[in-house]
Amino acid sequence: MTTATSTVDRLAQPPAFQHVSPVRKVKNLLATTLVTLAFAVAIIPLTWLLITVVGKGYHAIVAQGWWAKSLKGVLPEEFRGGVYHALYGTFVQGLVCALIAVPIGVMAAVYLVEYGGGRLATVTTFMVDILSGVPSIVAALFVFSLWISVLGFPQSAFAVSLALVLLMLPVVVRSTEEMLRLVPDELREAAYALGIPKWKTIVRIVLPTALSGIVTGVMLALARVMGETAPVLVLVGYSRSINFDIFDGNMASLPLLIFTELGNPEAAGVQRVWGAALTLIIVIMFFNLLAAVISRFSAIKTK
Amino acid sequence: MIGAMTDGSETSQRSRTVRRRGDAVFRAMATGSGLVIVVAIALIGVFLLIKAVPSLAADKVNFFTSPGFIASDPANLMFGIRDLLLVTVLSSLVALVIAMPVALGIALFLTHYAPPVLMRPFAYVIDLLAAVPSIVFGLWGIKVLGPALEPAAQWLNATLGWFPLFADGNVSIGGGGTIFTAGIVLAVMILPIITAVSREVFRQTPTTQIEGALALGATRWEMIKTTVLPFGRSGYIAASMLGLGRALGETVAVLVILRSASSPSHFSVFDGGFTFASKIASAAGEFSQPLPTGAYIAAGLVLFVLTFVVNAVARSIAGKGRNS
Repeated sequence: MTTATSTVDRLAQPPAFQHVSPVRKVKNLLATTLVTLAFAVAIIPLTWLLITVVGKGYHAIVAQGWWAKSLKGVLPEEFRGGVYHALYGTFVQGLVCALIAVPIGVMAAVYLVEYGGGRLATVTTFMVDILSGVPSIVAALFVFSLWISVLGFPQSAFAVSLALVLLMLPVVVRSTEEMLRLVPDELREAAYALGIPKWKTIVRIVLPTALSGIVTGVMLALARVMGETAPVLVLVGYSRSINFDIFDGNMASLPLLIFTELGNPEAAGVQRVWGAALTLIIVIMFFNLLAAVISRFSAIKTK
Repeated sequence: MIGAMTDGSETSQRSRTVRRRGDAVFRAMATGSGLVIVVAIALIGVFLLIKAVPSLAADKVNFFTSPGFIASDPANLMFGIRDLLLVTVLSSLVALVIAMPVALGIALFLTHYAPPVLMRPFAYVIDLLAAVPSIVFGLWGIKVLGPALEPAAQWLNATLGWFPLFADGNVSIGGGGTIFTAGIVLAVMILPIITAVSREVFRQTPTTQIEGALALGATRWEMIKTTVLPFGRSGYIAASMLGLGRALGETVAVLVILRSASSPSHFSVFDGGFTFASKIASAAGEFSQPLPTGAYIAAGLVLFVLTFVVNAVARSIAGKGRNS
């Protein structure tokens, strides 16, 4: 009985699929573990950092006047006042930078996608890559030697914006380029078939289609430049009170405030440092979230 | 069109491209914007050079081999970049050695291991690391991470101290103001860029190859080893070079973390000192006289050339990978 079953059940040929040997299984498991671990390792510093900053900065940012007052007349050892002046600086420097960088960046991307193909386009693509790798301190030094040293302008928030333009440009060009390439050619062809000039096709058809993606890219770029510290160290002085003039005088910004208060050994200074760090993270996360929301709700329909 | 063909004169008119002023203007604007970027890079190089040359001419010591950077007295400039270069390269290499394997793991995890539903949120979390400003990284590095890593640093120094890289440096390990801490913080900072670029490349691995490997009975790891890694190798190396470029030029995090040292660098990870970028930033308040300022601009020029070369190499590697 038993022998009969075994002959019937026995395979005529050995199976094509071999069992995975233990060594291979272990290697596979090891790889899976290591790869998952790598991800976990990256999460540790992020959460650690965020928890630290929130834990140490929370008390400062809920203090009265933090969002609406400057540090004018506040002594280093007393915890009063707020970061209103630095918030203004951070926003206005970022905004002025965006006003210059976005038109140039978008037009450069239009050139690369819609007109490119020649030698200049190759060079431009290469230079955009190089520009995205230029350290912020080098951009700051360049603006210092051109704007302040050669042209003789004073140190100002506007000089900071100029340096930020150099850092923002490649990000805007890259993201806009990517979005423009996603716009289906059928849309352009339909416009041309109707006799619409190329420039009008780009302005009225291509750019609006890609608009949400471009805005997302701009928001991300803004978030990046607002946290830059090197240009503000070189190009503008710190001010404890508010200054609305971007062309003249010292102006605070959140990174500069953090850096300056780091030199303040008092407990109030430490509190201000962490409070400003948390404020800066909140501002940047706000722009990041905005970018995520915009891209979520209005993706280009490629079909 | 057919109607036009019957009339000779109209044909010649039609076949010429219609030129509109709007088109010409718009084209010029777009081309001009592209040119702005090219010109900007050229101007950066030219202006840094112009400003650096007088100071370099007035330098009393060898610019490349002298360890000290003394530029406070315009009549007696004695600045050299040996130590700046050592600290910059060493901290960036420490960062790269840590970040490269971790980023490879994350990129593989995000493309081939994570559940598809969680891929986007997980990738977003890694990108969040890039959103944290460098000064906050510096703050966290010196106040939290440095002190926390002190026992590990002490242990490394005690056990591997015979090896020059882990020998006693020119600052004390206590407090964590060393290249060791700076390198780890830099590693965290360059993780997102290496991950993001490698991820994009790994994702483009041809599905046919992946399915072929799996159909031949490969385990997931064998599939990755035989298809994804060979396909993405050049992209991964290019991504790492981009990360290296970022680490070389990182300013404020390093400035906040590294303790200044009185003696020249020992080429140990427990050294302190300045990188190019942090040296320039530390002196930013004193940029009033042209000659001392020029000395720092010369250091900035070296940094610019360094990052230019690293990025150009990264790009050519990526370009080759794309073509083959």
